[in-house]
Amino acid sequence: MGNFKDDVFIRLGFYVSYVAIGLGALFGLLQVLERVPGIRIIPADKYYLSLTAHGVIMALVFTTFFIMALAIYVVTRGLGIDTYSYALNKVAYGLVIVGTVMAAVPILLGKASVLYTFYPPMKASPFFYIGATILVIGTWIFAANILLTVKKWRSMGNTDKKLPLGVFGVVATLIIWYIATIGVAIEMLFQLIPWSLGLVERIDPLLARNFFWYFGHPLVYFWLLPAYIVWYTVLPRLLNVKLFSDFLGRVVFMLFILFSTPVGYHHQFMDPGIEAGWKYLHTATTFFVFVPSLITAFTITATMEMAARARGGKGLLGWIKALPWRDPTFASVAFAMILFGFAGATGAVNAGHNLNYVVHNTAWIPGHLHLTVGSAVALTFMGVSYLLLPMLTGRKLHSTKLALTQVYLWFIGMILFSAPMHYLGILGSPRRTYDVTFGGHPSTQGWAPLLVLAAIGGMLLFASVMLFLYNVLRTLTSGARVEVAQPSSVEIPQGSLGVVDNFKLFTAIALLLVLMAYMVPTMNIINLGTPGAPPVVIR
Amino acid sequence: MSINKYEKAWLGFSIIMVFAFLGITGYFSFVAGFQTPQDAEVIDPTKIDEDERFANPRVEEVIPGELYNVYMVARMWSYSPTEIRVPKGAYVKFYITSPDVQHGFHVVGTNVQTNVIPGYITVITAKFEKTGEYLIVCNEYCGRGHQFMKGTLIVTEG
Repeated sequence: MGNFKDDVFIRLGFYVSYVAIGLGALFGLLQVLERVPGIRIIPADKYYLSLTAHGVIMALVFTTFFIMALAIYVVTRGLGIDTYSYALNKVAYGLVIVGTVMAAVPILLGKASVLYTFYPPMKASPFFYIGATILVIGTWIFAANILLTVKKWRSMGNTDKKLPLGVFGVVATLIIWYIATIGVAIEMLFQLIPWSLGLVERIDPLLARNFFWYFGHPLVYFWLLPAYIVWYTVLPRLLNVKLFSDFLGRVVFMLFILFSTPVGYHHQFMDPGIEAGWKYLHTATTFFVFVPSLITAFTITATMEMAARARGGKGLLGWIKALPWRDPTFASVAFAMILFGFAGATGAVNAGHNLNYVVHNTAWIPGHLHLTVGSAVALTFMGVSYLLLPMLTGRKLHSTKLALTQVYLWFIGMILFSAPMHYLGILGSPRRTYDVTFGGHPSTQGWAPLLVLAAIGGMLLFASVMLFLYNVLRTLTSGARVEVAQPSSVEIPQGSLGVVDNFKLFTAIALLLVLMAYMVPTMNIINLGTPGAPPVVIR
Repeated sequence: MSINKYEKAWLGFSIIMVFAFLGITGYFSFVAGFQTPQDAEVIDPTKIDEDERFANPRVEEVIPGELYNVYMVARMWSYSPTEIRVPKGAYVKFYITSPDVQHGFHVVGTNVQTNVIPGYITVITAKFEKTGEYLIVCNEYCGRGHQFMKGTLIVTEG
């Protein structure tokens, strides 16, 4: 049995992620307000600075720190041992923090307003690229330490046992992260860093997009899978039932390993220089990645129904009322799932090859991604914090009522934000734009009321984050001291799952799929032989 | 491993749905001919003036009423030509390039859009069936003046 000495890293990860979501929310609020016609708070360059900061802080800092902390929690509790090396954790966290600061400073100084997609030949300060790279290297060391922990557990006489489902999910998440970051590592090391330092004069922007989205899409599964881990493992315990199907849960994580990465061209359907046939292949793989999410929707809903019926819920849908809607963690997971259901539907449009014409680079896209990373992920992370913080700090949650209010506020705020954003997108309103009035052009006249609605939603989301942070802060500083029972180490079922347990095999197939989906079109881009573009510094 | 019969049915439904989606979008792309942009030429973004097409951005009538070529430069933060005039029902072939950063090209209210990437010439063909004045917007962030980048497309009766 471990003595949970790694808990210091769990707490650190959570706290940094909370600071990040607070800052990110502030920048987010600024943007929804700024986009309302007639409201001017900051000049254009500061708007793009805050847009970059919002994206980087929410998508990379908040998520990465929370996920690292959650991974340590799940693995140490699930296996009942400490992580392989305390020192490796220290090195990994150190690098991730140094990298984050190194990238954040130029962003805040306005020297890296290149948005979180950092498309060249727009050039940021070299510190931005180097910082981001150090962050990623830190996560690689972190992931290695977690995988070594699992290996160590195996060598402790557990060779024939199944991994607990949560740990299984963590392993899958980290494998996806390793495969995904190959893309951004190539882009950084061979393209952006030498070019931003002036060692090479030109860069191929299309090739950079190719490598960025090789990384950029599986990145979303790196965020999403930890939320799934919570749904699959925390929710059944909260409801005091067994998961409807443990086996399919494992199948889901394995399918994500296979189909997370060879999908990047669904972000590049409108790019010249990539043949439509290859884009269509990525449409197919993206559609296949719906399957594990559809299985999840069934398994989790069925688990909830079993729990509700055990509590006396009746009727075809009447059982829904018997669920613990006043429990903030349950409510957050349930709302996260509902919002993610809509995200799945709108995602089918994004991925739908030529259907993408209607929505590409419009407000529809941020509408969609706030339902995924902004709801399925962020809401789940906040909800599970209410459960885990007392366990990690020995202090009672300051207020369950505030927590519940926060969760409901997020749900309502997100609907008010996201629905009009989707509609604006269909009307052609572009994303990532300071002012969308275009001199009062008639085409833009229907947009104003929708922008106002989205701003109201954004204000509710901001208020929700502030409530969350207030509650966390009060819990940490003045929550009543309580003895919170640690979750009992799960009984680990004997018996192998056969092929479904074989991470090496699935990783190998995943890499093969990546080669199939990317090798030829990448070579084709290189063979087009563009002279490349010199840097354009954004001030 | 046994799987619950309802879950099996759901799984079957999911897989059928995925293939139905693929079939529909595949049909409209590869059979009905509404394809995603793919054609590209390469160009040196520092020397686009040496290419006759971009030294003099314009609308070129190839076959009156039937085929028009548009040679367009997208730069921080304008399009040239700023105004494009084509008759309805004609094929319009756009050649667009950028001398600086990446840009977008979206004719608001239509399904005509593409990315413009320096070092490349985007080649897309469109057909406009409804007359009127359309707003063209840049929907790829291109620096602090990104919100000023717009153009006009006028579809005339013929």
